[in-house]
Amino acid sequence: MRVVVVGAGVIGAASALALARAGAEVVLVDRAGIAAETSSRCEGNVLVSDKGADPAVRPEAELAIASNAMWRSLALELDAERGDGPATELEAKGGVVVAFPQGAAPLTAFAEGQRSIGIRAEVVDGAALRALEPHLSPEVELGVHYPDDAQVQPSLATQSLASAAMRRGARLVLAEVTAARMRGGRIVGVETTSGAIDADAVVLCAGPWSGEAAARLGARLDIRPRRGMILVTTAMRQRVFHKVYDADYVGAVGSADAQLQTSTVVESTPAGTVLIGSSRERVGFDDRPALAPIEAIAAKAVRLFPFLAETQLLRTYAGFRPYAPDHLPVIGEDPAVPGLFHASGHEGAGIGLAPATAELIAHHVLGSATALDPAPFLPGRASLAEVAA
Amino acid sequence: MSRRHVVVLGAGPAGLAAAVAALEAGARVTVLDEGERLGGQYWRHHEAITDRRLQHGWERFERSRDRIAAGIAEGRAVLLQRAAVWRVDVEPLRLHALVGKPDAPGRRRVVVRGDALVLATGAHDRALPIPGWTLPGVTTAGAAQALAKRDGVTVGTRTLVAGAGPFLLPVAQSLAIAGARVVEVLEASRLPRHAAGWTARPWELAAAAGKGLELAEYARSLLGQRTPYRTGSGVVRILGERRVEAAVVARLDRAWRPIPGTEREVACDSVALGHGFTPRLDAAIQAGCALTEAPPGSPRFVVADPDQRTSVDGVWAAGEITGIGGADAALAEGDLAGRSAAGTPHAALAAARRRRDRTDAFARRLEAHAIQDGWSSWLEDDTLVCRCESVEAAAIVRASGSASRALRLATRAGLGACQGRTCGSSVEALCGERLGLDARPLLAPMRIGELLGGSEATA
Amino acid sequence: MSPTFEFDGAEIAARDGQTIAGALIASGRASWRTAAGAERGVFCGIGICQDCTVTVNGAAGVRACLRTACDGDVVEPESR
Repeated sequence: MRVVVVGAGVIGAASALALARAGAEVVLVDRAGIAAETSSRCEGNVLVSDKGADPAVRPEAELAIASNAMWRSLALELDAERGDGPATELEAKGGVVVAFPQGAAPLTAFAEGQRSIGIRAEVVDGAALRALEPHLSPEVELGVHYPDDAQVQPSLATQSLASAAMRRGARLVLAEVTAARMRGGRIVGVETTSGAIDADAVVLCAGPWSGEAAARLGARLDIRPRRGMILVTTAMRQRVFHKVYDADYVGAVGSADAQLQTSTVVESTPAGTVLIGSSRERVGFDDRPALAPIEAIAAKAVRLFPFLAETQLLRTYAGFRPYAPDHLPVIGEDPAVPGLFHASGHEGAGIGLAPATAELIAHHVLGSATALDPAPFLPGRASLAEVAA
Repeated sequence: MSRRHVVVLGAGPAGLAAAVAALEAGARVTVLDEGERLGGQYWRHHEAITDRRLQHGWERFERSRDRIAAGIAEGRAVLLQRAAVWRVDVEPLRLHALVGKPDAPGRRRVVVRGDALVLATGAHDRALPIPGWTLPGVTTAGAAQALAKRDGVTVGTRTLVAGAGPFLLPVAQSLAIAGARVVEVLEASRLPRHAAGWTARPWELAAAAGKGLELAEYARSLLGQRTPYRTGSGVVRILGERRVEAAVVARLDRAWRPIPGTEREVACDSVALGHGFTPRLDAAIQAGCALTEAPPGSPRFVVADPDQRTSVDGVWAAGEITGIGGADAALAEGDLAGRSAAGTPHAALAAARRRRDRTDAFARRLEAHAIQDGWSSWLEDDTLVCRCESVEAAAIVRASGSASRALRLATRAGLGACQGRTCGSSVEALCGERLGLDARPLLAPMRIGELLGGSEATA
Repeated sequence: MSPTFEFDGAEIAARDGQTIAGALIASGRASWRTAAGAERGVFCGIGICQDCTVTVNGAAGVRACLRTACDGDVVEPESR
């Protein structure tokens, strides 16, 4: 069975690996290369801390819990395969979400909900909090420690996933997909700028461009970009030890508001730089460096870690996060185009959710076994249809 | 008289000429420059330190400086020195600057508005990576020049000057005047004796450049020191434990590949490298100005129309960012850009355009010194190409050619403190493709705290 | 008036108006930073390459080639 995977970001690369492992002949198609866009313009989050227990978002929390565990074994396997250096730079350093005085009650309530679905979330304050993060602002009173939050170097991890797929026979084609090849109402391949590729199934993993790509393939998928800006500092002595957030993060991701939103996410990288994110704006595919978001992110970051005020900035960058109107990933077969499968809409959580998404794709395309519940993410789900209509 | 407000970024020859011309045309002018004193790199100086023999065309500098001072007295000019411009918006025109001691925390944040912008951001030396080039004692030719002029010091006492282009000569002269012995000057290019008018002898080269007097002086000072000037030669390895102790010099073929068997060791304690220049395009790129096409590793320049207008409405460009042409070209382009930006119509600029066009010949002759691909053959696998992140050549070569932005990013080449300003072109040459390292969201280093607390607006 | 500043515990006398880099070179130093274990000093001399950075009065990442030495400055070497 031959499967064309469109998009060589983390979702496409992980799906290609899962499909190749399950025995499919995989052709990975991308117009720009591996990790050319969103997967190299993000923080590499593998999080459970931002996943709530509310019924509307609980399926994603469960997907994140499963995916978090998968990343740990996957990282070991990829390291072993690569042999000559780290393949993902997985750092299971844990996250600390902190609250300023007025925010403590909502945060502890949120954490309590998370514990009820199996997320480790320990309330810490006073000396325990300072022991975790000695340079936090004295203004911060309370935090929740999430030992399972982790990070990977996203572009490296994506490359390693793609390389692993290629070692199992997957082929990379650099081309832009222009149209579907259809037969008997079913997709049987794609037309690309460098020729046609026949396939028994097509998996669309085009991230924020998935809506546009779906239209070219005769399908309808409402995926939109949301811009995230990230600040990068110069390398320095390590003073941030976990992924540290303020408690606004959950609100920003889940919100339908077009206005600029920011919540602080501060973390060190192995290179010694500190990454500071992140804003969310619905501004289309505008990647010009905008001023308002970087000012807002900077202000919040300094409030969290006052030492950052004197830290030098190296650069800022923008990346586009794909989201669906109901803010859940879209994973499964297109209701109108048999043989076309979607895997997108992960909204800033794509790195973390990639292994579980790939397992679901292998399940949908090849019938591989999974313990995950595919139902909440199906493209034909009611919450997506209602919004789209 | 023009009532436009012309903002000039950069106070080297091009920027000063633009500012003076815009004032003459009746405009209001604001000049922003990162330096403590006007003049840019070409007229880099300090009143109490600089040896006047190191300055060229100084009267022109003094006239420009005085004209701007008069403009300030008339209330038509504003000068922002020690102004690090970190962001340029063009719709509407806004320059965001931090004013104060370089890299000090808590500089004054200023936003300058205007009707027209003249970009005159100049160029910096390009130095190709060479085994041993990170040793203390190795500097760019521009650094040797700047330290001699501005600080009255030299990094060593026996200096090898190597690279390409006639600008090596004033550098050698400055080193000599500042007290170092210039052991050799090595020009990598094999200058065509007939075709382009260059010869192997620098004084004739100087005459061909139409700058006879000035460059002849350089040649004389070299002769006085009995400094050999060798073409088709280059430094291929720099030796030393904790600093420069010697350099290996070889003959280079036309492609700049070292010719086996020609290597010899030259004792020196310092090396000044200049393989041409990299235009400082950060602001122009951020403003959205169209650039010329060029192969990876070769410089691109801002596209300018006959009146120095860029592709972006309200933005002009002058000097080295439109093509490396030296100070005379920069002055002529700045003059034209300043007049045009102040609103002088095209028809009234014919004389200024002719003055500018006369400087083209020198710029064209510089093409004989362009970097040739063979340089990469003097790299060793472990030669550091990216100085900031200490990335070796072999790692970059391994990452090139694949379809992976991921792999190239993973080397961290070009992602360090200088943001690829030093190694970017070399990394792109080794990768065989443009990596977009020159699209920099922040035009200058700044501290996070300097983004807070709003800014002071100027009209 | 010649400013005097402290560098890594030593007193350095600068000429008035000299940069920190110029004064360090005049004092006989060719390097004052380490990068991946190797010594670095001035390379570009005009604020481009970031090789010469020092910590001045507690603020890291100051380009010694651009910053004029001031009397009483406390300058520390950096490493990364």
